[in-house]
Amino acid sequence: MIPFTITQAPSTHEAIQAAAAGGRYIAGGTTLIDLMREEVERPDRLIDINALPLKHIRAEGPDLIIGALARMSEVAVHPDTRRLHPVIGEALIEGASPQLRNMASMGGNLLQRVRCPYFRMLDAPCNKRIPGSGCSAIDGLNIGHAILGTSDQCAATHPSDVAVALVALEATMRVQGPQGERTFPVEELYRLPGDTPHLEHTLLPGELIVEIRVPGLSYSRRARYLKVRDRASYEFALIAAAAVIDLDGGVIREARLAVGGAGTRPWRLRAVEQALKGKRLERATLEAAARTAVEGARPLSGNQYKVELLPRTIVRALELAGEIA
Amino acid sequence: MTMNVIGKPVARVDGRDKVTGRALYAAEFNQSNQAYAVIVNATVGLGRITGIDQAAVAKMPGVLSVLSHLNAPKLAYRPHKGSIDPKTGERLHVLQDEAVRFHGQPVALIVAETLDSAERAAAALRITYEAQRPIIDIADPDARAIVPESGRDHTRGDAEAAFANAPVNLKASYDIARENHNPMEPHATVAVWKGDKLTLWSKSQYVVNEQAEIAAIFGIPLENVQVICPFIGGAFGTSLRTWSHVTLAAMAARVTQRPVKLALTRKQMFFTTGHRPRTLQHVAIGATQDGKLTSLIHEGTGETSRYEQFSEALVASSSYLVSCPNVTTRYRLAALDTGTPVFMRGPGEASGVFALESALDELSYKLNIDPIELRRRNEPKLDEGVNKPFSSRSLIRCYDVGAERFQWLNRMPQPRSMLDGRLRIGIGVASATYPAYQAQSSARVRLLASGIAEVEVAASDMGPGTYTSMTQVAAETLGLPIDKVRFSLGRSDFPPAPSHGGSWTMASVGSAIRAACISVLEEAKKRPSTDRPLEATATTQRDAGVAGRFSMHAFGAVFAEVAIDPDVGTIRVRRALGVYGAGRIINPLLATSQCTGGMIGGIGMALMERTVLDRRDGRPVNAHMADYLMPVNLDTPKIEVQFVDEVDPHVNPLGVKGLGEIALVGMAPAIANAVFHATGKRIRRLPILLEDMLHA
Repeated sequence: MIPFTITQAPSTHEAIQAAAAGGRYIAGGTTLIDLMREEVERPDRLIDINALPLKHIRAEGPDLIIGALARMSEVAVHPDTRRLHPVIGEALIEGASPQLRNMASMGGNLLQRVRCPYFRMLDAPCNKRIPGSGCSAIDGLNIGHAILGTSDQCAATHPSDVAVALVALEATMRVQGPQGERTFPVEELYRLPGDTPHLEHTLLPGELIVEIRVPGLSYSRRARYLKVRDRASYEFALIAAAAVIDLDGGVIREARLAVGGAGTRPWRLRAVEQALKGKRLERATLEAAARTAVEGARPLSGNQYKVELLPRTIVRALELAGEIA
Repeated sequence: MTMNVIGKPVARVDGRDKVTGRALYAAEFNQSNQAYAVIVNATVGLGRITGIDQAAVAKMPGVLSVLSHLNAPKLAYRPHKGSIDPKTGERLHVLQDEAVRFHGQPVALIVAETLDSAERAAAALRITYEAQRPIIDIADPDARAIVPESGRDHTRGDAEAAFANAPVNLKASYDIARENHNPMEPHATVAVWKGDKLTLWSKSQYVVNEQAEIAAIFGIPLENVQVICPFIGGAFGTSLRTWSHVTLAAMAARVTQRPVKLALTRKQMFFTTGHRPRTLQHVAIGATQDGKLTSLIHEGTGETSRYEQFSEALVASSSYLVSCPNVTTRYRLAALDTGTPVFMRGPGEASGVFALESALDELSYKLNIDPIELRRRNEPKLDEGVNKPFSSRSLIRCYDVGAERFQWLNRMPQPRSMLDGRLRIGIGVASATYPAYQAQSSARVRLLASGIAEVEVAASDMGPGTYTSMTQVAAETLGLPIDKVRFSLGRSDFPPAPSHGGSWTMASVGSAIRAACISVLEEAKKRPSTDRPLEATATTQRDAGVAGRFSMHAFGAVFAEVAIDPDVGTIRVRRALGVYGAGRIINPLLATSQCTGGMIGGIGMALMERTVLDRRDGRPVNAHMADYLMPVNLDTPKIEVQFVDEVDPHVNPLGVKGLGEIALVGMAPAIANAVFHATGKRIRRLPILLEDMLHA
């Protein structure tokens, strides 16, 4: 671990000032400290933001408001989460372990780094770690990698579970920075790797996530998060799907769908949503719609199974959300 | 002898020390003025070092020494092969030359005032290599096939001819992934030199061997080395051998004239501390229509390194587990550019029995015979491999007891016939076996005037409860209550014990303690009143006559039920039962715990564990606890263990056969057989993953 300084920010304003001067925010530290110990991350100044008043979880009318420093475990079981957007709680509980969920903040969860094993190996090329050095995974071990949104430079998936649910629910995030405040969809936080896989998100220098807003949705209780993995717990998703559906009799009026483990970022499936509109909630229909999710998929040597697993996971998540199986 | 302590569920005598943190593990023996060593590992898979910029990091803050083949002391490396070391080949000589034999080989060592300083310097050290592409795949046609000098081939009858003439036959191949042991406690050594005398607080399953190995490597008298290891946080075989990090800790302490601590990182535990070798196996079985075996051919190849021949009993159990007149077994090695493997729980048998028991299961469906009935029809009356009677064998009783408890008869025989809602349910079964070994061991007992008995052996306790069970043996033999016995282990200056592996600790160490206790009691009879302590030392080994007359093995029947999601392919074990005939059970509480752990290890082998190597440079890619999967609580919902009463008057005076290894054997095939029963799909490669189920 490389020596660093850490100072506690007494106010949001001062935190942003310190970050604009080159400091890095630290909240739960469950990703950052881990990566610092392996010298993958090498910040020299850390700004501890845990004292900032950003731990709130509350309802504003039909909307769920989550402070960036609320802990995963608190958000998961909060009555407003359960009432307004239970799928967020489900996605959170499926992530990490109880110990990590007690530490990890919501803002930090959205910004966690990829789990590609080569990203953590200083002696292996990685375009995300050292731009232009090459990608070790594309010709190496890529069992867990993405099949959508990949480039020749990077195929790592974004590991967050709750981000998938937030993208499906069209959540927005409020950020504050040296240039002031702005609000944008969580989905737009993430970049595709393209030729610049080292750039993962769209935050400007010094910007701090302060709050997540999940807009109310009349049918938000008809939602499920299905995470598929070889181990029953404490494993990143091979494929995960968040499905929310509005049913009229047996007919899908509207659907929201996002998947994890499949794309290089939390992946909204608008084409599948469109294909489901007005269709009956039954296996054959769902399968036909889910199939379109893998159009254009680019599997690698070790992750072809995801081309099969992704549509199946979507079908199951929709069935679970629709309570038909 | 009164029977009031042996066989009782005595709680761990060291349990309180463990849960309160008073039990100290190797890395916790901090010394004053202690320095820290960190190993730098090769980043290429084969080749040689062309340059090391030692000077640049030697100047870094806190750095005391930077060692590599350029400046490390030339060590004696006198010949020494302990019972665990491969008989053929020569151990890795560390920092003695420029050659890189495998990815992760130690190539430099940093010693610094603090761990942080040492880690920083290790990360900063620039090393250049001339690299070649390593051969790391056992299936690589360029991998050199070796007939191991340990020679384990067996032939009786004419298996090839019998196979060709068999009314029913099948052939199948099996591929089991490399596994790493991954105990909770990492390898660690604290080394202190005082003049020519070296003390090592070091994680070891074999302290007297570590003493001998380090004495040989440094070329110093045996008595100059003392190895101490009172507690082990799990090992599963990885601490049987004395690996290069122990040498490096001692080297660092000698060079810096400081006490030095060296602990491996989790990632480093995938490099140089052994692994369960990947194996490829072929099984051919011929049988009559009513399920009697007429031919069995079992061939297996295991990984080894290029510099040592590691061999294990991969195919050995096929010579005695089932009755068959025509049997051929062949064992081969493939020499790869990798570190030398080492025994991992259930070594050999766990892999070999997977192949045999998968094939027998397959045969049972082919013949439409109940899998348990098939085993019954092929139950041998004696060990046909050596033509000797078994000292005891309770396999069929284990099946009977297990079938009853697991409600085997409620199972629908046809594959794909059981459902629970959407989930496909499968129930499978397999045999387990492991030899009942006994090795030479010594023990010392001292009766103090205060009424306390002190018992000392250089044994180990990696978790099975050696502290407790040996205390029971001594208490029982001496006729004392448990709390009057003080049992100590884990010091190389105690009377020697064999390695703590192979399920022989109770048979070996327990027998020695029993003999020493009997001897001290005789002494007491001669000197009924004395203020001085009475002391006796005994050394025991298996009676050669008995060993020549009997075949000695433990047997078990393992049952598993799996639920498979037909859509997304996830496989979950719902319940499992292991029934074992393993002689006398000294402590049913410990024994149940030990078997539960072994069965969970078997679940890992069946469904999760695999060390994945990058074919380009031999790098273990998933050397991380998030990526190398092992079962967690949700993966092990209901594990049950039962022992059948088995009195074996031949194995040893205690009548024990050992449990640690057999508990992992049999679980993986029971699960694979359950997966077949659930889906109709036979998976012959471990681990079985959800992607294997997507078209099931």
